[in-house]
Amino acid sequence: METYNNKKVIKIEHTDIRKRIPLGVFFLIAGIFIWFVFSRNVDPGMITTFVMNPGGAQVLLPDMKFDTLTALNIIAVVCIVFGIFQIIRGFRQLTTLAIFIVGVLVTIGFLAWGAENTSINVGGMLRVMILRSVPITLGAMAAILCERAGVVNIAIEGMMITGALVAAIAGSAFGLWVGMLAAILAGGLASVLHAILSIKYKINQVISGTIINITTIGLTSYIVTKLLQNTNLQHLNNSGFFQPIQLPVLSRIPFFGPILFSHNIYIYFMYILVILLTVILFYTKWGLRLRAVGEHPKAADTLGVNVFRIRYVSVILGGLLAGFAGSFFVLGSIGYFEQAMTAGRGFISLAAMIFGKWTPIGSFGAGLLFGFAESLATNLSILNFPVKAELLLMLPYIITMVVLAGVVGRSRGPAAAGVPYEKESL
Amino acid sequence: MAPVLELSDITKRFPGVLANDHINLRLEKGEILALLGENGAGKTTLMNILYGLYSPDEGKIKVNQADINITNPRDAIDNGIGMVHQHFMLIPVLTVTENVMLGNEFTKSGVFLDKQKAAQRIREISDQFHLNIDPDSVIEDLPVGLQQRVEIIKILFRNAEILIMDEPSAVLTPQEVDELFKIMRNLVDQGKSIIFITHKLKEVMECADRIMVIRGGKVVGEATPNTADTKKLAAMMVGRAVDLNVQKEKSKPGDQVLDVKNLTIIDKEMNVVVNQVSFDVRASEILGIAGVQGNGQTELVCALTGILKAESGQVSILGNDVTFSNPRQITELGVAHIPEDRQEDGLILPFPVHDNLVLNTYYLPPFAKGALIQPEKVKENAQELVKAFDIRTPGITAKTSGLSGGNQQKVIVAREFSRPIKLLIASQPTRGLDVGSIEYIHRRMVEKRDESTAILLVSTELDEIMQLSDRIAVMYRGEIIAIVDADIVTKEELGLLMAGVKTEISGKKRKPIKVREIVT
Amino acid sequence: MEDNTKVQNKNFVKIFFEELSRNSLVFIFLAILTGLIIGGILAAATTESIYQAFDISFSEGIKASAELIWNTYSSLFKGSFGKPNEMIAALFSGNKDEILTAFRPFLESLVTTIPYLFSGVAIALGFKAGVFNIGAEGQLYMGAIMAAWAGFTFKGLSPIVHVPLALGVGFLAGAVWGFIPGLLKAKTGAHEVINTIMMNYIAFNLTTFLVTGPFQDPNESFKTPVIEESAKLFRFFEPPLRFNIGFFIAIAAAVIIWFLLYKTTWGFEFRAVGLNPDASRYAGINSTLVTILAMSISGALSGLGGATMMLGVTFRQTQSLSTGYGFDSIAVALLANNHPLAVILTAMLFGFMRHGSRLMQLQTGIPIDIISILQGLIIFFLAAPAIIRTLYRLKEPKKEFETA
Repeated sequence: METYNNKKVIKIEHTDIRKRIPLGVFFLIAGIFIWFVFSRNVDPGMITTFVMNPGGAQVLLPDMKFDTLTALNIIAVVCIVFGIFQIIRGFRQLTTLAIFIVGVLVTIGFLAWGAENTSINVGGMLRVMILRSVPITLGAMAAILCERAGVVNIAIEGMMITGALVAAIAGSAFGLWVGMLAAILAGGLASVLHAILSIKYKINQVISGTIINITTIGLTSYIVTKLLQNTNLQHLNNSGFFQPIQLPVLSRIPFFGPILFSHNIYIYFMYILVILLTVILFYTKWGLRLRAVGEHPKAADTLGVNVFRIRYVSVILGGLLAGFAGSFFVLGSIGYFEQAMTAGRGFISLAAMIFGKWTPIGSFGAGLLFGFAESLATNLSILNFPVKAELLLMLPYIITMVVLAGVVGRSRGPAAAGVPYEKESL
Repeated sequence: MAPVLELSDITKRFPGVLANDHINLRLEKGEILALLGENGAGKTTLMNILYGLYSPDEGKIKVNQADINITNPRDAIDNGIGMVHQHFMLIPVLTVTENVMLGNEFTKSGVFLDKQKAAQRIREISDQFHLNIDPDSVIEDLPVGLQQRVEIIKILFRNAEILIMDEPSAVLTPQEVDELFKIMRNLVDQGKSIIFITHKLKEVMECADRIMVIRGGKVVGEATPNTADTKKLAAMMVGRAVDLNVQKEKSKPGDQVLDVKNLTIIDKEMNVVVNQVSFDVRASEILGIAGVQGNGQTELVCALTGILKAESGQVSILGNDVTFSNPRQITELGVAHIPEDRQEDGLILPFPVHDNLVLNTYYLPPFAKGALIQPEKVKENAQELVKAFDIRTPGITAKTSGLSGGNQQKVIVAREFSRPIKLLIASQPTRGLDVGSIEYIHRRMVEKRDESTAILLVSTELDEIMQLSDRIAVMYRGEIIAIVDADIVTKEELGLLMAGVKTEISGKKRKPIKVREIVT
Repeated sequence: MEDNTKVQNKNFVKIFFEELSRNSLVFIFLAILTGLIIGGILAAATTESIYQAFDISFSEGIKASAELIWNTYSSLFKGSFGKPNEMIAALFSGNKDEILTAFRPFLESLVTTIPYLFSGVAIALGFKAGVFNIGAEGQLYMGAIMAAWAGFTFKGLSPIVHVPLALGVGFLAGAVWGFIPGLLKAKTGAHEVINTIMMNYIAFNLTTFLVTGPFQDPNESFKTPVIEESAKLFRFFEPPLRFNIGFFIAIAAAVIIWFLLYKTTWGFEFRAVGLNPDASRYAGINSTLVTILAMSISGALSGLGGATMMLGVTFRQTQSLSTGYGFDSIAVALLANNHPLAVILTAMLFGFMRHGSRLMQLQTGIPIDIISILQGLIIFFLAAPAIIRTLYRLKEPKKEFETA
């Protein structure tokens, strides 16, 4: 039997010009910008020093010193070359890598320029990056648990701040570990509300998340104001925080040791959770069912999988994780609660989740990115960089928007996320 | 011989509707029982009860003579009952193995998935029943015919003895349907029993051992292919003597209305979904585009109506180049469109009926003066159309979501036909409708054709295409591989073309059809 | 016969309760009531003196709780409306000063309502068109700071020119702030919830930057200069009353948006896209344009609200914490079921509560944040009417059949 065209599909060979050119132009502009703005304002002979040892490192590396102007010129040239290459031919599969490289180079250039003639502690900055990434990564994983099962959860922010306050109070009254546990439970409690509203009453999940946010943020502000007013109770906002632990062998690795392995237990929990969640999601039967429920709940239902139970469980687990993330702000950081201390990180977690393609490892990477942006912003304002603090503080939020616009490639979320499950006719 | 399955007195009520009325059903081991009825007769409801998706208000179920209680699909599965659904219950982004074992996973130490063992078992089943499925393929990469086999594997994996198949041929070419029947024969030869739901008479005659006809929630007759004929069965299904044959005179095509030249459309992943398609439609003519779902018809219609932008090629309507026009510009040229998905694309369900009736004309006089809507004119228009098209609705202000499928489609038809139109593009216009509505819409379409409208009909129902079209084009893998006169071609030839097989059209003129099948 | 009447009587009571459970106004009332009750319990539970009273005896505790709750809500009421006996006496006396003093809380509450009105209508419009504008707060900030700029930069203009100019600048700033997420959603599908929230934080930081930098008052740090007299909105009464023409501008905005949504072809398109963007596209409506327009107009309205507050009340921008108006306005819109005219009522509810809470905090020490909790609770109960049903034992009304 002679058949037509047996190939499954015909693909168009060239990469779409429409997508190639803007990115190439962006690379070009980056390079030209570095050349004109940075290079031209730097006198030859200026030396930038990158200190590679964060404070408290046990194994010391020598500082990296280099000529500022040379470095900037090299970076500018590389960016321009990348830009031309992208416009003419396009990186195709390697585009993401190219974006990453250009991003790193621009950042280095920026640091080199700002720190001309002085030194900047790069090791320290990277160490802070890890620290700052914790709430975002943890929050993203909480969101993944919910959304992979089909329930959109924008109340991570509210759950985090609840966790933070509970951690402060319980931590002050009963000790750090109880504080952590109480925060976890508090997050779970808040998520029970979200679960009931969105699964049982089938309220629009964005609205239900907003309700939780409004109520929890109001509640925490109320309690804090009441506490601070009452001087008798001020000891309830003084929990202290977990001390850093230097891991035995790992923290002695040059450069990476102090950056990755000399933090308090929250960081180590984060590492463990990333791996644990990956295994659970993709290698266990609960994970399979959870993902199925988020993609096509009807299919799962017809095979006897209890859609409602899985959704309830995952939302509550997500809440527990979000409460844990919230406790970090207090018990893993400054040791007391401040109003609005989460500063939108719960929302940035959602962007990290999307950026990370709904995987724990991807979210970890995204968390590092946002953590770096924050670290950069706070570090530079302390160092009297020639750019004002507030503008730098806007960075994480702008990056979020850029990421969401799909500049780094569009991704598909769980197909049934956001749609309440109706158990009715097929 | 004791029946392997017995349903007694099954009754199910929904608000306002008695879906199943004291139904008795008996299935013998090793037989294929066909449940025949038109859309909405209650057959799917009955099977959903058997599979545990609904619970009956009254009645009992016996498997192998033992009373059993089925409250959810798990119970059904545990009792050896499996269901292949009309709309596949498959998760596109997961593999065959993951889809098949979901809910009954093979595990190592109870926690970790054992994909190798499951894949092994799937290969065994695939070989035993000649299903040819690779466990590691991802569902969304499989063609529809193979996806259906994954559904079958799903139930065999769980050791089902009783298989329910709900409208399995809806998405297959005639040849694939034949292969499916072979597989079904194979299954019953190896001891399984099958209940097969359909509204297609011809299939039932080909493949069933026994036939039960359901109408209005009741069993109205039983037969075997030996003792019954299609005419009698058709009458039982619909409850009256069915007027067969669409009254249709030979068309006298006029001037060209729609002209498509070398149209190419690509999707987001750079796949070519419509490849250099060319055809034209003339006034007073119906061109039917036949083809299995997923061969580019949907995208073609989207490009013609201005929803999608084509990559290259040209579309003109009445001499105007509309390749880059938006939907409103195309509508204003006198084009009407009955969309494939009436609920998602054709209607705004929460809107009142009168608003949906002016959905593409609300901005024109008399419905609007400048930017101000004239509500009285909108309501007047609605009153007229409801009467003229016999739309059953509680009122013109009622929400459109409350209307039945057939009446919702009538709203769309009323809206589109009430303007002066030169070209009608109808996509799956009678999908899921009852016979009365189907007859009505077909009649109106032929009327329009005789009023010198050009009609482009896109349908996966071969019978509908053959009945209504004057010329038939076949789409396969994004290309139009044949355009033939409807009088000349046979169903078998069309079936082969739809499957991509180069076929010589024999060219003999067919006899005019006396007894037609109930159009699907 | 006798049996019949008995049956009839029973039915009457039954019918009464059935009607009750069907009426949504009842639900709103019950939701507010339940919220108030829970709020009251919370207030009592977090006040030390209550625990001391319970230590003495149970009845002392109850008495103290009741007193606290009564004081809380009555001061809330007095703070929002005023003291009823004073108000009536003043009306009878006919003395203008007396009337103004007695009605001062009421008038000031109306002032507090203004930003809720603007943002509430903004968000309601967004919801109707299918966009979630959580960025009302940021749009308000941008409207305020840019209106301030227009207010202190241009000198020597007549009020007839300056006021519309400054308001217009605020309107445009808000529009831009709404346009960006709207464009991103329409062109890239990026969810506007996160983007608008990000725009909020960008607005906060940008405002701080401007207030401490380019827009800073040369004589006072961390503040913008006071706007020119010519830019100030017309006030009806002498200070300390701040009731200004902004209130009527807000009402006008609500009415205009209502008219737009329900009486014009543009409104038809907005509502169609909000309910089903796909069918709208097939019907010829430009869904992309509608989405962008909806976000922009929504942003513009919030911006206008910020501008009105700036030009009518605050007159200069300082480096202060988030006002919370934009966020609360989500509740305002939801409570009003996204109907612009109903927003007038719900905005007043929130405005009055907020203003009254200041007196409440002063007199009873209950923090004003309890208002946020009350608002959250009220929407929570409204969103899940089934909870109210269970609490108050109302029956579910039978659904009416649709004919096939």
